[in-house]
Amino acid sequence: MLLVVEQFLNGLQFGLLLFLLAAGLTLVFGIMDLVNLAHGSLYMMGAYFAATFAAWTGSFLLGALLALGATLVLGIVLEMSALRHLYGRDHLDHVLATFGLILFFNEAVRLIWGPAGLALPLPAWLTVPVPILPGIHYPAYRLAIIIVALLVALLLYLGVMRTRIGMLIRAGASNREMIGALGINIKLLYTLVFGLGAALAGLAGLMQAPILTVQIGMGENILILAFVIIVIGGIGSIRGAFLAAIFVGMIDTLGRAFLPNLLRQVLSGAAASTAAPALSSMLIYLLMAIVLVVRPEGLFPAHRR
Amino acid sequence: MKGLSVSKIVTALMLAGLALLPLYSYLSGNIFILTLFTRIVILALAAASLNLIMGFGGMMSFGHAAYLGIGGYAVGMLAQEGVGSGWIQFPVALAASATYALVIGALSLRTRGVYFIMITLAFAQMAYYVASGLARYGGDDGLTVYKRSDFSGLINLGNRTQFYYLCLACLFGVIFLIWRIVNSRFGLVVQGLRSNEQRMQAIGFPAKRYQLVCFVISGTMCGLAGALLANNTDFVSPAVMYWTRSGDLMVMVILGGMGTLFGPVMGAVVYLLLEEVLSQITEYWALIMGPLLLLIVLFGRGGIMGLLGRVGRG
Repeated sequence: MLLVVEQFLNGLQFGLLLFLLAAGLTLVFGIMDLVNLAHGSLYMMGAYFAATFAAWTGSFLLGALLALGATLVLGIVLEMSALRHLYGRDHLDHVLATFGLILFFNEAVRLIWGPAGLALPLPAWLTVPVPILPGIHYPAYRLAIIIVALLVALLLYLGVMRTRIGMLIRAGASNREMIGALGINIKLLYTLVFGLGAALAGLAGLMQAPILTVQIGMGENILILAFVIIVIGGIGSIRGAFLAAIFVGMIDTLGRAFLPNLLRQVLSGAAASTAAPALSSMLIYLLMAIVLVVRPEGLFPAHRR
Repeated sequence: MKGLSVSKIVTALMLAGLALLPLYSYLSGNIFILTLFTRIVILALAAASLNLIMGFGGMMSFGHAAYLGIGGYAVGMLAQEGVGSGWIQFPVALAASATYALVIGALSLRTRGVYFIMITLAFAQMAYYVASGLARYGGDDGLTVYKRSDFSGLINLGNRTQFYYLCLACLFGVIFLIWRIVNSRFGLVVQGLRSNEQRMQAIGFPAKRYQLVCFVISGTMCGLAGALLANNTDFVSPAVMYWTRSGDLMVMVILGGMGTLFGPVMGAVVYLLLEEVLSQITEYWALIMGPLLLLIVLFGRGGIMGLLGRVGRG
């Protein structure tokens, strides 16, 4: 029972983290029609910034806040210097150009921080287990991730659905020429959206950093999961990204936790322990394949025409 | 001189250079260059196969490296199990790649555009994880191929020169095949689908079926490259399937010139030589390569072939 609750929460936490990443990706795609592979690099930069700033300031929270600002600025600089010129180009051009950016970021990180990973230690008050149910404790930090990510998701929803900027963002997604003609500064809007996406990726990276090590290429595997999520959820749809992220996070975590035991019931011990890791890493891709067969446009496509 | 454009001359020079390379290597005693170019020729073959679906078919596959791994693992696994004959290893490698392409293609072709890019990427990544989980065959660490494929004495893959020429023959064979395919009725339909799928469908062509066949042919060709690559490195690991490898292949195609017959070969030669040269100048070669890619995308329409074409026209 303890294990089930714990793994359930782990799945939720992982899913919410994936949502932060996928939300930025899907926003940028939905509004600017830009496929950004370098999104994973921004996630990595968030983690590196946090580890560095936390070491400088000696405070985890201060370091995290500074890192958030730094990824926001980095995203804006990146958009203004390079990615802006890719709008309206072929998707293949986006893929190649941002692939080049990944090479650049990985190498730049190796040059600045060295090839060895960094650690981002947690302050003492975040390492204690918190009782969540009678007799069941859960690490405070993972609980904090869940709360922060849920808050951010709520703010994002309110921001996009209830504010003037959000209205412009939605308008830009459905018809960019028209809102340009109505006198809205699209360039500025795009830069802001990209910065927001970068900050979300950075937030995901810095929150994940204390759990895993901060290392080069850390953003690449998780980026592919984010792709799977936005394909399942429907590209451009934040609601779809949210549900798909939770779903994928749960399936991935629960699959890894319980599949080996389940298989052992059916197969012999040796066969089960060989098949389990391969099968549990395949699960989400199988899920994606099924979704594609049933709904090629994803579960919640953003544009219905 | 209308028939003799700059791009044709450069292509001919490059092909002659590739054919005469072992001679140069023998005369100069530079063995390294032959090893390097064997790898270049094999990856050029992979890039050419990608070009068939990407350049001519308009299907932007971001998971082509999966076939390199499947072809390679077919050779490596059979060798491990004691089947050393190339007459068995290579057909199995091709059949495995074709089967994978059939399944992945049937699923991926339900989507289009950027979805297709992401799906093929995700499936290749799945193949990567499956290979990492193969504990019996080395898992993450990869699998050493102790003995190269044995073609019952007909050709010795252990001999550098013979192996190089085998790879080159495969490359030329595949390019010849692509040339025949592209100019056949089948190829024209596939190219028509790239330009306007709806219209082709309205004329009465079953679009997906044509695209799927093209996808499978391309995957099978790349599986051949994978089988050769495993023989070249005497080693196969999940890293061959990593998504940056697929990215490399895409870059080679674009760099050389998408939808041209020899563009991918040119792209592979230039890209891999550039990587080699830059990595000798600085350890941080990707710091230059990354922005270079960005610039190529922003300003280099049509790749090297396009550039040569413009030079030719003055």
